Amino acid sequence: MSLDLCRADAIAIAQAIQSGALSARAVTEFTLELIQKRDAPLNSFTAVFSESALQAAEQVDAAIARGENPGVLTGVPFAVKNLFDIEGVVTLAGSKINADNPPARHDATAIARLQQAGGVLVGTLNMDEYAYGFVTENAHYGPVHNPHDLSRVAGGSSGGSAAAVAGGLVPFTLGTDTNGSIRVPAALCGIFGLKPTYGRISRAGVAFLSTSLDHVGPLARSPRDIAAIFDALQGADPNDPVCANRAVEPCSPQLSQGVDGLRIAIAGGHFQEGGEAEAIAAVEQIAQTLGVTQRVTIPEAHRARAAAYVITASEGGHQHLANLRSRPQDFDPATRDRFLAGALIPNSWYLQAQRFRRWYRARVRELFDTVDIILAPTTPYPATPIGQVSININGEEVLIRPNLGLYTQPLSFIGLPVLSVPVIRPEGALPLGVQLIAAPYQEASVLRVAHWLLEQGAIAPKITAD
Amino acid sequence: MATPDSAPSFEGYVDAIAPLLDLPIAPEHRPGVIANLERTAAIAQLVLEFPLPDELEPAPIFVPKRP
Repeated sequence: MSLDLCRADAIAIAQAIQSGALSARAVTEFTLELIQKRDAPLNSFTAVFSESALQAAEQVDAAIARGENPGVLTGVPFAVKNLFDIEGVVTLAGSKINADNPPARHDATAIARLQQAGGVLVGTLNMDEYAYGFVTENAHYGPVHNPHDLSRVAGGSSGGSAAAVAGGLVPFTLGTDTNGSIRVPAALCGIFGLKPTYGRISRAGVAFLSTSLDHVGPLARSPRDIAAIFDALQGADPNDPVCANRAVEPCSPQLSQGVDGLRIAIAGGHFQEGGEAEAIAAVEQIAQTLGVTQRVTIPEAHRARAAAYVITASEGGHQHLANLRSRPQDFDPATRDRFLAGALIPNSWYLQAQRFRRWYRARVRELFDTVDIILAPTTPYPATPIGQVSININGEEVLIRPNLGLYTQPLSFIGLPVLSVPVIRPEGALPLGVQLIAAPYQEASVLRVAHWLLEQGAIAPKITAD
Repeated sequence: MATPDSAPSFEGYVDAIAPLLDLPIAPEHRPGVIANLERTAAIAQLVLEFPLPDELEPAPIFVPKRP
């Protein structure tokens, strides 16, 4: 095929299929072959649906033949973190325990909407057990390997979602983000990852870690893809009590509006401490391209991170209480003691964390009176070796896993829309991401900035697909 | 597990509370659970020590009927 399907973005693939240059069936066949040949070293997939994917692709081709337009994602293959319900498939959520469950009876709303837009679901992706991790080192299904250095982590908990895109297997995937689980793997794998505003994308049919903090979002190769996928996912859902009752506000038409008129600042304080110099410098790189020198302080960000931690541990522990009681030995050792401890957290800690959340949300709202976009690093360091437990940062030994959420947690805590973008790095260097942060419901603003940065050559996805 | 004199130990807490929640903690999991709670306590302290006005309500709001 003349279009490099390993590197093309979803929009390019959809356009090629709509124009008749490629058939959806040929693209899906190619993708399924690719996954079979190339996923073993990555270990990003946990299930592949060859038959149903080919059937879906044929239906897309038939619709085109009838003169219909299947949608903005016409014939584009995609995969989802294995905590999304798929009709007839057991929802693993990265666990051994869930393998005993009956198959899901309905597709998750997010999947149904992507299929309505023409997308072809090809499989499910590996993750940290029950989404409770930042690295995707899963004891039951194995670690996901970073496509750019197979000895390193892909990040988590949506590690498979990031590796499959960065490894050239599929152009986009779905993940979830509670404290950074879309943004961290997107950054470590050198691609785009959007955590939308809390409640903006339906969570119906998605297994929970922490209901106060869980978000659904896309990982992809370009800002225009993120925009198209986000637009296809938007809209109220009676099956999700948290899903906002907002009219769909398409972001795609706004992409080319550029950055004029947007007030942009760099997050100081917490977001410039505790990270390797190159991770902090990545933000300065983006700021320079934008001509930004202003700094803002997000107050008490370290306390926000702490509060998010308490809420996640408490809600997560409660979520899994029945299995913690009856079969704790079947949990991943990396999550088990954390869930058990979470189930024992005194309620006054949890309630105080939720009260602090109201305070913090008000302070950050005030900040967005004077600024539209805030810049921060996504992670304090690039991908670390699989199995490594600690890392030396500025002379201090810190635990790798919890510390990966250092800069992401204070933002998801109050549901701000955040896009992690892959900065241009020196040849051979591991990827790093920068977070573009906006006020609630202003996804269009971060996507405009990302699209502009891409056109300026300041950011670019890194795909390793030999 | 040794803890500094000033830091509270959660051994007694885990042993007392877990049975009340009908959550048996196996001996092989007990040290990890205690260590995790102690770690969580240190993190929670960042929130607990921050003064908040008494009238400040928790963030989640209950709505009797969706508008």
